[in-house]
Amino acid sequence: MGRVLAVIIWIITLLSVGLFVSKKWWFPEPISEHAPALDRQFLITILVVGISFAAAQIALGWAVWKFRDTGKPGDRSVYSHGSNRLEVLWTVITAVIFIALAVMGQSVWASLRLHDAPPGSYTVEAVAQQFQWNFHYAGADTKFGRTDPSLIDDGALNFIGLDQEDVAARDDAVTSTLVVPAGRPVELRLRSKDVIHNIWVPQLRFKQDLVPGMEIKVNFQIQPDKIGKYELACAELCGQLHFKMKSFMLVVPEDEITRLQAMPQVQYQARVKELLDQYQLPKN
Amino acid sequence: MSETHEGVHRHPAPTGFIRKYIFSIDHKVIGIQYIMLALAAVIVGMVMSLLMRMNLSWPGTSWPIMATLFPTGAPGGIMTPEFYLSLVTMHGTIMVFFVLTTAPQGGFGNYFLPIQIGAEDMAFPYLNMLSFWVTLVGFIVILLAIFVEGNQALGEWFAALGPSFRGGSGTVGPIGGWTGYAPLSALGRVAGPGQGAGMNLWVISIAIFCVGSLLGALNFITTLLNMRTKGMSLMRMPLTCWAWFTTAVLALLSFPVLLGGGILLLLDRVAGTSFFIPGGLYVSGLLSGSNPNFPLHTGGSPILWQHLFWFFGHPEVYIAILPGMGATSHILATFARKPVFGYRAMVFAIFAIGLLGFFVWGHHMFISGMSPYSAIAFSILTLSIGVPSAVKTFNWLGTLWGSRIRFTTAMLFALGFVSLFVAGGITGLILGQSSLDLAMHDTYIVTAHFHLVMGVASIFGMFAATYFWFPKMFGRFMNERIGKLHFWITFVGVYAIFVPMHVMGIQGMPRRYSSFGEYEFLASLHPLVVFVTIAAIITIAVQFLFYFNVFWSIFKGEKAGDNPWEATTLEWNTSSPPPHDNFAGVLPTVYHGPYEFAVPGAPKDFVMQTDIEAEVPGENGHNGHH
Amino acid sequence: MATMVTTRPPVIKKGASSGPGLPGPNGNGSKRGGSFRDPESHANRYRIGMWVALASVTMMFTSLSSAYIVRASSASDWIALPMPRVLILSTIFILASSVTLELARRKLKASLKKAYTQWVAVTVVLGLAFLASQLFAWQQLKTWGLYLSSNPHSSFFYLLTGAHAVHLAGGLLGLVFLWLRSRWITTDDAILKKRQASADAVSIYWHFMDALWIYLFLLLFLWR
Ligand code: HEA
Ligand code: HEA
Ligand code: CUA
Ligand SMILES: [Cu+2]
Repeated sequence: MGRVLAVIIWIITLLSVGLFVSKKWWFPEPISEHAPALDRQFLITILVVGISFAAAQIALGWAVWKFRDTGKPGDRSVYSHGSNRLEVLWTVITAVIFIALAVMGQSVWASLRLHDAPPGSYTVEAVAQQFQWNFHYAGADTKFGRTDPSLIDDGALNFIGLDQEDVAARDDAVTSTLVVPAGRPVELRLRSKDVIHNIWVPQLRFKQDLVPGMEIKVNFQIQPDKIGKYELACAELCGQLHFKMKSFMLVVPEDEITRLQAMPQVQYQARVKELLDQYQLPKN
Repeated sequence: MSETHEGVHRHPAPTGFIRKYIFSIDHKVIGIQYIMLALAAVIVGMVMSLLMRMNLSWPGTSWPIMATLFPTGAPGGIMTPEFYLSLVTMHGTIMVFFVLTTAPQGGFGNYFLPIQIGAEDMAFPYLNMLSFWVTLVGFIVILLAIFVEGNQALGEWFAALGPSFRGGSGTVGPIGGWTGYAPLSALGRVAGPGQGAGMNLWVISIAIFCVGSLLGALNFITTLLNMRTKGMSLMRMPLTCWAWFTTAVLALLSFPVLLGGGILLLLDRVAGTSFFIPGGLYVSGLLSGSNPNFPLHTGGSPILWQHLFWFFGHPEVYIAILPGMGATSHILATFARKPVFGYRAMVFAIFAIGLLGFFVWGHHMFISGMSPYSAIAFSILTLSIGVPSAVKTFNWLGTLWGSRIRFTTAMLFALGFVSLFVAGGITGLILGQSSLDLAMHDTYIVTAHFHLVMGVASIFGMFAATYFWFPKMFGRFMNERIGKLHFWITFVGVYAIFVPMHVMGIQGMPRRYSSFGEYEFLASLHPLVVFVTIAAIITIAVQFLFYFNVFWSIFKGEKAGDNPWEATTLEWNTSSPPPHDNFAGVLPTVYHGPYEFAVPGAPKDFVMQTDIEAEVPGENGHNGHH
Repeated sequence: MATMVTTRPPVIKKGASSGPGLPGPNGNGSKRGGSFRDPESHANRYRIGMWVALASVTMMFTSLSSAYIVRASSASDWIALPMPRVLILSTIFILASSVTLELARRKLKASLKKAYTQWVAVTVVLGLAFLASQLFAWQQLKTWGLYLSSNPHSSFFYLLTGAHAVHLAGGLLGLVFLWLRSRWITTDDAILKKRQASADAVSIYWHFMDALWIYLFLLLFLWR
C-alpha cells in the first residue's frame, strides 16, 4: 500500500511539474516595461516553490515507501520526540527564503506603485460601468472636461456625464476602446459609475480595481515595439454580464496619438474603429 | 467495577427520543448533528460545482433536465449567466461556512475535545445545543435564498417584507461571490438580477451563522481552560485540542467583525444608510436619489467592507484548516506508531499561524485601491505565515521518518492531507507577493490555490477524521475496502481537477466568468477546461461511495472495540460509543504525554495517557513504581 | 491492492491500568481522577465564560468603531448630530446601576440575602430607566427630523446605541434571572457558590456594558 501511494505521489508530482515546465499554457508575451521584471520574479518564485513542492512530495513518498509496519512483534518505530536543532534549522532556513522572496517581490511593486506618473505622461480617464468600458481622452488641450453623474444621458451616448458647456470638454473624446502610446508613460485615472470593476490586460501584467466613489491613479509604460491590439477584461465580479465586459487596448505609435488628439469625438471613434480592424491580436 | 465513587452524575442520560437525539445537550450528539449538517451541505455544494463545471466546459449546451428544474434559470436547458454566478456564490458560501466551519470544529471538535481532555461534557451544554440550532437556522435561511430567487411566486410573496425582499430573478441565490463585495451587494435590485431577496437572505444567514459560531467558540475556550482532568496539563493535550482551541480563539475574535460588517451591509440594503455606498452612483440607467427604487446614497466606502470582510475572511481560512492539521498530526502519529515529531514546535506553529493570521488580511486587497505602502507590509507578513506552515510540514515528515506505518484509510487521508496542503500552500507564496498578485489576482490560480488547500486539504482532514473516529462514534468500523477505493480515486481526482487550474490562471483566465468564449487569449485553454470537468464529474461521483460507507457502516459495519487502533489518548479509554457522561462516572487521570508510541521497554508499542504503570523516558517524576 | 491490506484486526486493549470504559484503579486516594468537579471549578467556569464572551463583544464594537472612524474621516457628507440632553440622564442611570449592583454583590458575599435581592431589584429598575431614556433620545432625534438614514452620523448613532441597548437588554435578563434565583432560599453550599459565581458573571457583564456606554458616548460626541 505504501509503495503504491509513493508511486502515485511521485507520478502526480512529475505530471504537475511537467505541466508547468512544458509552458504549453503560460503567460502571454509581455508588453509593458515592468513586465519582464515581474516575470523574472515569478520565475524565481516558481522555482523556489516548485523545488519545495517537489522536495516535500518526494520526501513524503519516500517515507511511505520505506517505513511500513511489518507486523513483527519487536519491530518498533524509532522513539523520538524531535530535535530542537532541526527545528531551529528549518525555521531559520524557511524564514530566510520566504522573507527574501517577499522583499525581492517588492521592487517591482515599488517601481510601479510608489510614485506618481512622471511628467509628460499620457493620461486617460477610465470610467467603468456595468458591463461597459468608457475611456475619456483630454484632446489637444490635454485638459479633461468636467463630468457630473447627473449629466449622464445614455440616450445621447453621454455615458460619463461630460459637461458640454465646459470649454475643456469641447475637444474631448470618449470611446469604449483604450488607446495608449507605445514607449511613453501612461497614467490611468480610474473611476466607476456603479460597482467595483477591474481593468485587466494580461500582456500588461497589470490589474487594478475601479472603485466607485474613488479616483485611483496608476501608471505604466509600454515597450516601444509592442504596437498592436490586446484584449482587455473586467476582473472583478460586477454582476450578471461580468464575463462580457470586454474591450480592447490599442497600443499605437506616438504620431497616431498626436493625430487622434486633434480629432473630435465622431472622427476619433471612426479612426479607432479603423485601427481595431487593422491591428491583429497577438497569437498564443 | 464494584467500588462506589462519590462522583455525581450531574446530568443523567435523557430517555425520550427528542431529548436524546434532537434537542440534545450531549456534546456527542451535537457533534454528530453538526457532521450531518455538513454532510447535507456538502451535497448541495458539490451538485452546484458540478453544474458550474458543465456550464464552463460545454457552454450553450441544452440540458433538458435543467429546463425542467429551473425554467427561468436555464430557459431551454441553457444556463443563464446570472444563474451561473448565483451558483458560484452559493457554492462558495455553503462550502466555506456550512461545511468547513461546521464539521471540523462544531462536529469533530465538539465530539472529541471534551473526551480528549477528560471532561464529562462541554462547559455550557445548553449553549452548545443553542449554537447548533442557530447554525441550522442559518443553513435553512441560505437554502431559502435558493427558492426565493428561483421561484417567481415565492419571490413575489417575500416582497411583502419590503421592496428589497422581492425575489424571483431566476437564479439560485444572490450574485456577489462568497465575499459579497459592496456596493454590488449593497445596492439592491437596481444592480441587476440576484440582488434582491436572495442577497438579503444571504446577509441574514451569515449573521445568524456568526452568532452560532460565537456561542460555539465561547464554549470551546471555556471548556478547555476549565475542564481538563487531573494530570492533563496543557502540554499533555493532544494536538487536536490545541488546534480546536486556537480555532475557537480565531472564531471568537473574527466572527464579531463579520457580524458587524453584515449588520452595516443589511442596513445599507434595507434602511437606506450609506456605510458602503458612495455618492453619485448611476446604476442601470438611474441616478442615486432620482427614483424611489434607488434612494439617495452619499459618501460610503466600498473598501471598508473589504477590510471588515477580510479581517474576518483570512482568519476564517485558518479556522477551516487548523482542525484538519490537528487531526492529521493525531492520526499520523497513531498510525506511524511514533510520537509526534517536535510536539512543542507544533504547538508554537499553531499559535503563530493563529496570531499572524490576524495581520495578513490585506493580501486579498493588493489591487483594491488601498495604500500601496500597506500592501508591502501585508506582503511581507503574508510570506512570514508560510514559515510556521512549513515547520508543521517538516514535523509531519519528521513524524513519519523511522516510523512503522499502518496504512489504514484514515492514515491514507492524513498522508493525502500533507501532500495537498503543501501543494496548495506553496502557491500562497506566489499570491502573497503584491507584485505577482498584479497578474494573479482573480484568476484561476487563486481558485487552484484555495481549492487545494481548503477545498481538498481541509476536506481530507475531515475524511481522515471520519474514518479514524467512526469506530469510536458508532462502535463499528467503516468499510476499509470501500474506504481505500474512495481514497485512491479522490486523491488522484482532486489533483486532476485543481492542478490544471494553475496554468489556466497563469495564462490569465479570470474567475467568476460564466463563459470564456468572448476572449481569444483563453481559447487555447478549452481542452484543459474540459479535462477538469471530467475529472470533477468522476471525483464527485466517487463521493457517493463515502456516503454509502458512512450510512451502511453505522448499521452494518464490523464491530469495533474500545481501542481498535491501539491509540493513546483519552477517547480510546472509554467504551465505543462513549457513555452519556463519557467516562461512566469517573474521570480519568492522565500520567503521560499524548503520543507515547514505541516507548523503549514498554510491553506494548503504545502507552496510553492513563497508564499509571508505564515508565516513559524523559518524563519528570516518573509515575508508577515508586 | 487487495493483497496489500495491512490493516490489523481490531485489537481491544485491556491495559493494565484502565480497561475500556472502566475507570482506572486510582493508585491512591489523593491521586484520584476528578470524579466530580468541585464547586469552585464550576464557579470559575462562569467567570471565564463571561470574559471570553466579552472579548467577542469587544471585537464587534471595535469593528463598528473602526467603521465609524473611517467613515467620519473620509466623507464630505458627515453632519455632526446635536446631542440629545437626555443622554446625560442615561449616563447617570447606568453609572448608578453599576454602583447598586456592586452593593448587591457585597451583600451576597456577606450572606445578607434580603438586601441582596433588593439591590438587584434596584439595579434592574435603573437598567430599565436607562433603556427608557435611550428610547427618549431616539424620540428626540426623530422630532428633529434625524433618522437612521439621514446622514452617516445619525446612522452610527442609531446603530451604536441600538447595538448597545440590545446587549444591555441581555444583561437585564441576567439580572432578572439573579433576582428570581435569589428568592429561592437554600443553604446548600454548592448552590450558593454557583449563585455567587453567576452574580459575579452578570456583574462583570453589567459593568462592561456601563463602560461600553461611556466609551460610545465619548466616541459619538467627541469624535465628530
Ligand atoms: C484553508 C484555507 C487556506 C489556507 C491555509 C491558505 C493559506 C495561504 N494563503 Fe490563501 N486563500 C484561501 C484559503 C487559504 N489560504 C482562499 C479561500 C482564498 C481566496 C478567497 C477568494 O478570493 O475567494 C485565498 C487567497 C489567497 C490570496 C489572495 C489572492 C488573490 O485574491 O489575489 C493570497 C495572497 O497572498 C493567499 C495567500 C496564502 C498564503 C501565503 C498562505 C499560507 O498560509 C500557506 C502556507 C503553506 C505553505 C507555505 C506550504 C508549506 C510547506 C512547504 C513550504 C514545504 C517545504 C518543504 C520542503 C522544502 C521539503 N491566499
Ligand atoms: C470547502 C470548500 C470548497 C470545496 C470542497 C469545493 C469543491 C469544489 N469546487 Fe469550489 N469553490 C469554493 C470552495 C470549495 N469548492 C469557494 C470558496 C469558491 C469561490 C466562490 C466565489 O468565487 O465566490 C469556489 C469556486 C469554485 C469554482 C470557480 C467558479 C468561478 O470562479 O467561476 C469552481 C470551478 O470549477 C469550483 C469547482 C469545485 C469543484 C469541481 C469542487 C468539487 O466538488 C471537488 C470534489 C469534492 C470533494 C472532494 C469534497 C467532498 C467532500 C465531502 C464528501 C465531505 C466530507 C465531509 C465530512 C466528513 C463532513 N469551485
Ligand atoms: Cu465589470 Cu466585472
Ligand atoms: Cu488570506
